[in-house]
Amino acid sequence: MLITRRAELSASHVCRLARLSDEENRALYGAAANPHGHGHNYVLEVTLEGDPEPETGMVFDLKRLKDVLQREVVEPMDHRFLNREVPPFDTVVPTAENLAMEVWRRIEPHLAGPRVRLHGVRIYETEDLYVDYFGEQP
Amino acid sequence: MIRLTRRYRFSASHRLHADGISEAENRALYGKCNNPHGHGHDYVLDVSLRGRVDGEMGRVADVAALDRLVRERVLEAFDQRNLNAEVAAFAERVPTTENLAIEIRSRLATQWDTAFPGVGPALDGIRIQETKRNRVELYERD
Repeated sequence: MLITRRAELSASHVCRLARLSDEENRALYGAAANPHGHGHNYVLEVTLEGDPEPETGMVFDLKRLKDVLQREVVEPMDHRFLNREVPPFDTVVPTAENLAMEVWRRIEPHLAGPRVRLHGVRIYETEDLYVDYFGEQP
Repeated sequence: MIRLTRRYRFSASHRLHADGISEAENRALYGKCNNPHGHGHDYVLDVSLRGRVDGEMGRVADVAALDRLVRERVLEAFDQRNLNAEVAAFAERVPTTENLAIEIRSRLATQWDTAFPGVGPALDGIRIQETKRNRVELYERD
């Protein structure tokens, strides 16, 4: 069984590589390379996979999941400039792909249990673009 | 595994009509969608691709390349068009949402390697909403 909880965070970012010129960064990342940064209302969906505990009837305590998302992701990232204020994005480009993988790394240790595991992290950068991460690349 | 999904929109008209059966049978089968004058929808198309995230760039695919591919292969051919009259594939096949999904997948697949040269991302699947109340999903595992 899959259960999903949603959280929202608004943050600014810039997608550029230090070794490339402004022109090359623009060719690579388009408007997202603007050095002053720009922002998104990110929507995060975290999905857990497991079986309900017979006694509680829950796969995972959704209040606890909400607290983990709040503590590990929303508080450090909401209303921040990701490149300047949220490691590892001082050195890693904060694309939606890297953001999804970073969210996974931050929350996964807090969500494992005998009958539950993290199934996927979805990040909507906009309504028209989202990324799903399902764990380590093969 | 990482998957990136991008959403596109196009508006088109169509008529559902099977040549092999009678007018009455067509009306019974397709209902309002069989109206001889056709009718239209604001379609929502989600295209998903999967692959590896490039370590330095941090991306699974060049979204601009995907936008170009979908625009050139699908949107320019379908948007603001009559699918039966203006898209060759639907001269013979009924433009149901199912057949639309198959046609779009085929159009993307034929130019995929040109749009994403080398070890690029793979097409994971497409999803089409004909209206808010019905949609079709076609994934590569299907």
